[in-house]
Amino acid sequence: MAESTDCHKAQQDFPKVLILKPIPFINLVGEQYFASNKFTFVEAYDSSLPLHQFLSTHSPSIKAILSSVGAPPITSDILHLLPEVGLVVTTSVGLNQVDLLECRRRGIKVANAGSIFSDDVADFAVGLLIDVLRKVSASDGYVRKGLWATKGDYPLGSKLGGKRIGIVGLGNIGFAVAKRLEAFRCSISYNSRKRKPHVSYPFYESVCELAANCDVLVICCELTDHTHHMINKEVLSALGKEGVIVNIGRGAIINEKEMVQCLVQGEIAGAGLDVFENEPDVPLELFAMDNVVLSPHVAVFTPESFLDLRDLVVGNLEAFFSNKPLLSKFGDW
Amino acid sequence: MDCNGYRQENHDQNLFPKPKVLVLEPPPVFIYHEDKLSQKFHFLKAWDSPLPLDQFLTTHAHSVQAILSHGSCPVTTNTIRLLPSLGLIVTTSAGLDQIDLQECRRRGVSVAYAGSLFSADVADIAVGLLIDALRKISAGNRYVTQGLWANNGDFSLGSKLGGRKVGIVGLGSIGLEVGKRLEPFGCNILYCSRNKKSSVSYPYYSNVCELAANCEVLIICCELNEQTRHVINKEVLLALGKKGLIINVGRGAIIDEQEMVRCLMQGEIAGAGLDVFENEPHVPSELISLDNVVLSPHRAVHTEETLMALVDLVIGNLEAFFSNKPLLSPVLLDK
Repeated sequence: MAESTDCHKAQQDFPKVLILKPIPFINLVGEQYFASNKFTFVEAYDSSLPLHQFLSTHSPSIKAILSSVGAPPITSDILHLLPEVGLVVTTSVGLNQVDLLECRRRGIKVANAGSIFSDDVADFAVGLLIDVLRKVSASDGYVRKGLWATKGDYPLGSKLGGKRIGIVGLGNIGFAVAKRLEAFRCSISYNSRKRKPHVSYPFYESVCELAANCDVLVICCELTDHTHHMINKEVLSALGKEGVIVNIGRGAIINEKEMVQCLVQGEIAGAGLDVFENEPDVPLELFAMDNVVLSPHVAVFTPESFLDLRDLVVGNLEAFFSNKPLLSKFGDW
Repeated sequence: MDCNGYRQENHDQNLFPKPKVLVLEPPPVFIYHEDKLSQKFHFLKAWDSPLPLDQFLTTHAHSVQAILSHGSCPVTTNTIRLLPSLGLIVTTSAGLDQIDLQECRRRGVSVAYAGSLFSADVADIAVGLLIDALRKISAGNRYVTQGLWANNGDFSLGSKLGGRKVGIVGLGSIGLEVGKRLEPFGCNILYCSRNKKSSVSYPYYSNVCELAANCEVLIICCELNEQTRHVINKEVLLALGKKGLIINVGRGAIIDEQEMVRCLMQGEIAGAGLDVFENEPHVPSELISLDNVVLSPHRAVHTEETLMALVDLVIGNLEAFFSNKPLLSPVLLDK
C-alpha cells in the first residue's frame, strides 16, 4: 500500500503536459502508448472547472502543452496564464493554431511533426501520378468487369519519363516528391513562397508561369490565405489539355468547381486527388471519369508512420524534460 | 487514289521496288501505324490470305528475306525452313521465347528485337503496381466512387513503402530500372539473377527462395524460359510470408498462378500487383474478388510515346538490313 502511494506521489510530482481538448491522434493510438516516467498529461476537458480557473489552478506545474491542428488555439491569453510553459508540441505539421510570435517572445520552444509524414505523402503522390498517366485504377476496373477478355486491349497510357513536373510548394513533401520523380527521368521545376537558394531546380515566380511550363502540377503546399483557391481556371488553362494535376495538400488550394469544369470540358487531361474542399463529399462529375483517380484523404497515413509520430511526440517531450535538444524543433529560437 | 497517282506509284515500284517483309500476324505497331510502315516496305500479309500458312510461305518463299513478328506470334522451325532466303526476323517484343533461336543460329538468320525500349515503361508500371497494392490506391478509388467514403467513413490504411526490403527477380534492363526508381523511396534493394552483377552494390541471392525469405516484396522482372517457368512456387510464396507482396511484370508463367491464387485467398501472402497472367486475357475469377490485388491488362506496348519509338526502331532495323548496315537492336545469338 505504502509503495503504491509512493508511486502515486512520484507521478504527481512529474511535470505536467496540458491537453486542452481530446487529440484524435492520441485516442487513435491509445493514451497508454504515450506514457512516460518524465511527465504526465493533465486534461483540461476532464475538469468541471471553467478553463480559466483550471489553468490558474494547475499553472505552477504545467511545463508543456500538447496540441494539434484543429485543437483549440494556443493564444497569448492562454500562454499568459501559464508562465511555466517552456514547450508546445503538436502532433501535426501545421502550426496555424499556435501563436508563434508569442512563443518566440516568451522563449517557448515549439516542436511539430517534422518530416514524419513527408515520405508517405510523397510516395502516395507518385502513386497517384503513375495511376493517372498509366491508367492503373481504370484498367484494373476494366479487368474486374471482364472487359479485357471481351473487348480487348485497354487504351495506351502516357510515359512518365520526360514529363516536366511542376512542384507547388517545395517544402519537405515537395522535395521528397521531386527526388522520387527524378529517378523516373522526369524534370523538376517549382513555385514556392521564396526561391530556395540551395536547390538547382528552376524556380517560377508564379504558379501560372509554372503551369505554363509543365506537363504535371503536384500540389504539395499548405493551405493559407495566400494559397486558398490558388489553382484556378487560369492556372489550369495554362497547364493545358495534356496537363495532369495531383493534389495531396488541401482541397481548398484548388478552386474545385473550376477544376471539375476543366476536367469535364477536357481543358486538362486528368487528375489524382487525395483531398477535397468539402470532405467526404466529392463532386459527382468526377466519379465516372476514367482519367481521374480519387482517394479518401489517406496519403499522409500509414500505421507505421503513426508509431513513428508517437515516438517523435514522446521523444520531444522527454528530450525537453531532460534538457536535451528537441527532435523536431520548429523555428530558430 | 486517282488513276494518275496509281500509275505513278506503280511506276516508282518498278524502278525502286519496296523490300518485301512477311507478316504472319499483325503486331500492334502494324495495327496502329501500318501507313507509316507501308511507305517503306511491302508487306506480305499471311493472316489475310485464304491460303493455309505453309502454302502461303511456299508461294512467297523466294522473295521473303525478312519477317516482322511480335511477342505472341510464334516463328517456328517449320516457318524458317520454308523460307530459304530469310535473313532477318524483326520482333516488336523484348521477349524472344516465341522465336526458334536455335534454328536462326543454324541458318545465320539475324534477329532484331525491342531491346530495352520498353524497360522504362515496364519499370514504371512495376513501381505503380507496388505503390497501389501497398497504399490501396485503386481500392481507395473504388471506395470513393462507390459512395462509401460519404456513407461508411474512413477507408482502411495502407502500409509504408519506405524501409521495405524489395527483392528483384532478374536484374536485367528492367530490374535495374526498377531498383533505380525504388531507391529514393527508401527501399532496400536485394536481387537474384542468373549471375551476380559486379557493377551493382545490391545484396545478391543465388536462389529465389532465399531471396523471398529475406524480403517483404518480390518484383518479377526476368524473362520466361525453361529455368524460370513456375520458379515462383508454393515454397517461394510461403518464404515471402504473410506480410509479403508480389509484383509480376515479367511473364505470367514465371509464377505458378494457381498456387499464388491459393496463397492470396488463404492470406499466405498479403497482396499482389499483376501485369501478366498465365493465360491472358483470362484472369482467375478469385483474383477479381480480392481487394488486395491490383490487376493490369498486359499490353505489348504500354504508352503512346513508346509505340512511336517502336515504329521508328522497326523501320530503322529493316532499313539497316536491306542496306547491309548494322542492325539497331540485334539479338546476340552466339551463346
